[in-house]
Amino acid sequence: MSTDLPAVVADGLRKRFGGTEALRGVSFEIPRATVLGVLGPNGAGKTTAVRILTTLLRPDSGRALIDGIDVVEHPRLARARIGLTGQYAAVDERLTGFENLLLVGRLFHMRRRAAATRARELLDRFSLDEAADRVVKGYSGGMRRRLDIAMSLIARPSVLFLDEPTTGLDPRSRLEMWDVIDGLVADGTTLLLTTQYLDEAERLADDIVVIDHGNVIARGTEEELKAASGGARVEVTLADASGLHLVSGLLVGIAAGDATESIDADTRTVTIPVTVTDHVVPTVVRALDAAGIDVTDVALRQPTLDDVFLELTGHTTEQPADDDGSAPTRGARR
Amino acid sequence: MSPTTTASAPGPDVPGALHRVPTGAAWWFRDTWAEAGRHLIATKRNPDLLVFATIQPIMFVVLFVYVFGGAITVPGYSSYQQFVVPGIFAQTIVFGSAFTSIGIAEDMQKGFIDRLRSLPMYPAAVLVGRTVSDLVRNTFTFIIMLVVGLIVGFRLEGGVVDAVLATLLLLAFSFAFSWIQALIGLSAKSVEAANSAGFIWMFPMTFVSSAFVDPSTMPGWLQPIAEHNPFTVVTDAVRALYNGRDPGADLWISIAWAAGITVVFALLSFRRFSRTSR
Repeated sequence: MSTDLPAVVADGLRKRFGGTEALRGVSFEIPRATVLGVLGPNGAGKTTAVRILTTLLRPDSGRALIDGIDVVEHPRLARARIGLTGQYAAVDERLTGFENLLLVGRLFHMRRRAAATRARELLDRFSLDEAADRVVKGYSGGMRRRLDIAMSLIARPSVLFLDEPTTGLDPRSRLEMWDVIDGLVADGTTLLLTTQYLDEAERLADDIVVIDHGNVIARGTEEELKAASGGARVEVTLADASGLHLVSGLLVGIAAGDATESIDADTRTVTIPVTVTDHVVPTVVRALDAAGIDVTDVALRQPTLDDVFLELTGHTTEQPADDDGSAPTRGARR
Repeated sequence: MSPTTTASAPGPDVPGALHRVPTGAAWWFRDTWAEAGRHLIATKRNPDLLVFATIQPIMFVVLFVYVFGGAITVPGYSSYQQFVVPGIFAQTIVFGSAFTSIGIAEDMQKGFIDRLRSLPMYPAAVLVGRTVSDLVRNTFTFIIMLVVGLIVGFRLEGGVVDAVLATLLLLAFSFAFSWIQALIGLSAKSVEAANSAGFIWMFPMTFVSSAFVDPSTMPGWLQPIAEHNPFTVVTDAVRALYNGRDPGADLWISIAWAAGITVVFALLSFRRFSRTSR
């Protein structure tokens, strides 16, 4: 078996809806048995990319391959290899959980008995066994999502697409969903996960692609992206602004190298990048103490993907800069 | 049980995944039946939907027969029942088709259509499964209506063969109208929109017709509309058959309408379905 063939290839995907360019040449690959997190704010083009890869939408140009199969040329063959869980739990609420699973199994052309066995197995695995023969209308939001994912898994897809799997879930259901996804990852499922939540991408994905306004603006592992945003920093907040320059001198000595400090007089904060994070906070505290400086806070700040996003796009994930697709003017675009 | 043909994937095999995509007529039927079964299970579980669908027409039968029946005499018919009950059958069967647009719009809104479109099934099975299950549902509604009709004094004066023929013609129209509704359901932006778009045109269509009164009693400008209304043609054909008369050309014209509507709107719906994206 050629295992070096990527499970998913997106190659220069473009898609325009009327006057809006939803995708402007998106490319990425997903190696087998890895998780790709597609991160971006609302309207960035994440769902459009997923819809193209899952044959629901035709790209204007570019290629999309699932296990080497072109999704535009052989949609039914591609569909036989994928599972899709969209933003809204796509379950038939008039049927029971078991009937929903059986239906999808039959439409994957599984033998009835095999589909039934697999359905029971998945209901068990997603803690739906007790609700299996109840009508889905009475299920909670979290149960519906789990059933939705179970339906996507019934025919053992080679690639699973999860489009914002935790959007709209309460915090507890969200954690449950993370556990479910962890389980899939442990099984070696190849997974494409879109999310607006940085913590979710950090927690679940091997590789991350950041999309904004239809462009891939960054890609890499979580560590690579964080390193790109400047790494860890020590932040010292003083009780009184008069000591700012003294402190910055101290910090430059501790951080060593060519680190440049930044001083914010308004918040009475000095920030400096550090390369070695071990014991840096106690060292700083001891030095400040020895100098008799009154500090209110000393913190080692690890960059989050939020910092990365801000660095790359000039806006955070929570507030999309604009919805009309026009490009933001600042930010490090490539 | 093995697939008639199995298209082979151009890519290399990946362990663990199911790759068979069977093709051929037998699998087309299986996919369609699986989809129709989804709706039939739901109908069986919620028979109240079926009951509600019959309340309005039953009310019509009772109101028309007992309220207007005394005042209206239609020349050539032994009673108003013999005239109006076939008209109400036709109206019921056409109104029943509105379930198709509402059901499809619901599936679209809830993302279920997207789920189905991402499966390796025959895409057309989604729509055919829906219209076939609605046909089964409308057949049940018709049976209930027939029983109510017989209770209020309607009689199958044309004998069993003509009655069966009339019933089949009604069901063919029900199926044809389901395809109009399928297109409406696929085009509507919401379930509410599908609901009103599915119903609104059926009132003028069924009332500006021969279903309840003779079109010759209508104002002059309305008469040609009523007379050429396909709903009038099928009502006249069905009424003639139930009353043991010769439907004449109405029979062939109504069959042509049913076939024409089915073919045109099924093709439009398939095309719309394959382009649908939300």
